[in-house]
Amino acid sequence: MDGSPDALHAAPAAEREAVIKVRGLVNQFGPQVVHENLDLDVYRGEVLGIVGGSGTGKSVLLRTIVGLNRPRAGKIEVFGQDVLSISDKERREVEKRWGVLFQDGALFSSLTVLENIEAPMREHLKLSPALMRALGNLKVRLVGLPGFAGSKYPSELSGGMRKRAGLARALALEPEIVFLDEPTAGLDPIGAAAFDDLIKQLQESLGLTVFMVTHDLDSLHAICDRIAVLAEKKVLVTGSMKDMLSVDHPWVHEYFHGPRARAAQGQD
Amino acid sequence: MAATLTSPAPPALAVEDGPDRAVARFGGRLVVAGLVALEAAAADLRPPAGKPITLDLSEVEALDTAGAWLVLQLKARLEASGASVEIAPGDPARAALIETVARALPDAEEDAGGRRGFVAWLEGVGAGVVGVKDTAVSLLGFLGLTLARLTAGILRPWTLRKAALFHHMQEAGFNAFPIVALMSFLIGIVLGFQGASQLQQFGAEVFVVNLIAISLLRELGILLTSIIVAGRSGSAFAASIGSMKIREEIDAMRTLGLDPIDVLVVPRTLALLIMLPVLGFISNMAGLIGGGLMAWVDLGVSPGMFVTRLYETTGVWHLIVGMVKAPFFAVVIAVVGCWQGMLVGGSAESVGQRTTQAVVMAIFLVIVIDAVFSIFFSEMGV
Repeated sequence: MDGSPDALHAAPAAEREAVIKVRGLVNQFGPQVVHENLDLDVYRGEVLGIVGGSGTGKSVLLRTIVGLNRPRAGKIEVFGQDVLSISDKERREVEKRWGVLFQDGALFSSLTVLENIEAPMREHLKLSPALMRALGNLKVRLVGLPGFAGSKYPSELSGGMRKRAGLARALALEPEIVFLDEPTAGLDPIGAAAFDDLIKQLQESLGLTVFMVTHDLDSLHAICDRIAVLAEKKVLVTGSMKDMLSVDHPWVHEYFHGPRARAAQGQD
Repeated sequence: MAATLTSPAPPALAVEDGPDRAVARFGGRLVVAGLVALEAAAADLRPPAGKPITLDLSEVEALDTAGAWLVLQLKARLEASGASVEIAPGDPARAALIETVARALPDAEEDAGGRRGFVAWLEGVGAGVVGVKDTAVSLLGFLGLTLARLTAGILRPWTLRKAALFHHMQEAGFNAFPIVALMSFLIGIVLGFQGASQLQQFGAEVFVVNLIAISLLRELGILLTSIIVAGRSGSAFAASIGSMKIREEIDAMRTLGLDPIDVLVVPRTLALLIMLPVLGFISNMAGLIGGGLMAWVDLGVSPGMFVTRLYETTGVWHLIVGMVKAPFFAVVIAVVGCWQGMLVGGSAESVGQRTTQAVVMAIFLVIVIDAVFSIFFSEMGV
């Protein structure tokens, strides 16, 4: 569990390729404005952690980027394509290049884990059943589940195993970006640390870009290259963990200097 | 390394036979989208025997886990045929990816697959038979538990939950009045009409009263009411208790010292026990009115005449024989509904399955019990 690699921060931001570019995003539900002129860049190959208080629209931001929520205004570019204005067909091509892990896995309850992983392959790839089965089993093992877990139904798995299975499904199409919504919430500290390691290891060996909404300070410490703080309806600051410690906004200060944050830093 | 599904450069595989070792050179994008073509090429790969082989990935443009899996599969196949194989990944990131995938390779026997063919079929039959026995034992156990609690509740009425009882009496009973009455009215009309057209052929029109009264009072009134109630309330019981089960409300009740049987099952069962006979009686009356109307319109049997014939030919025993069955049907519908609800586990789909099961099973058991009663009464000569 070492800190974030310095090499990434040494490169000036402008030279890195932004795979997700959000500009001037406005989200509003009734009279309640969640995001106002929100700007955010996610660079290729990084692990970006999104933090913010409850109700600051972290999950809404994730849902907006992956197209589950249509924003009131603004522009979202993924892989250089404006995902809000492209045709449905182009959109599906973009969707194949990302994977999403929802909070409780959101596995289809009527399918086994293996069938869950095969579902996106069946929809988007022309593979033989035997090949899909082999690749599905590979994904099951890749996320650290025992081989027999593939034939289980989601209701027969523990919460941590469901998250791993959800991650395996998110990786089924070999995505370039994975979106994780609170991946370690509800896991015990050992399970959470193991999940962090898994994400970091997969990210490094598969070269993934990871967009992670999290409240887990240990996760932020252990695997995030960059942190974006959502507050006052926009991305207040972005930067490494070190940068966060010197921000003097009251919420950010409280968040990164509170007793829990100090405990997390103590581990390094 | 990034895996694009719309791959511009198709993956390629070529073999070069060198003097002391053979090199299989991969090229293009070694990703999941081009895997099928490449798998065929890899399966056809026949390297010269007796030489060590290098799988060279240095010219590969992109590699993902599926591609790495294929390379490792090929390596395993070649090694099985006796060759010594090494992989030249090209760069450290790819080496790490291949390493990760190699560690995750499933062991053949551990894979999720499942048996096929005759053994699987036999296993299915056996599991089915055991399942039927388990279901029967479970239902009887639940029935016994419910009846014991119900009796205890009736003996000490102040322990019953009155708000829940009246709520379910209204939901399952009072709110079903219109549909039950309408259905029976229409069945009465159908019986009158069909009976009349047959009886007219030998001038026995007036016996239509016997036909309608006896078939409705003894059998159809209460049977059809039970079927409607099973569809309306049995399903509602199963779905509501099943949803509570999924959201751990039943477990929460237990930890709070509330017994789910007392809180959920007894009020529902008692409500049906009280309301089903009432619904059955309403159904009988509505059916007689429908039949009488039809007899009047179609055969000219006046309402006065209908009532007189009813008095003279149809004993009150027919009504009693019908109504006696109502409490049995009520217990079956309520217990099966609540029991199936309690059996819901895990997924949202389970709620749907159990609800369907509750209705089908309740209707089936109601008809079986009705048949048993029919045989019993005819043997007793009632």
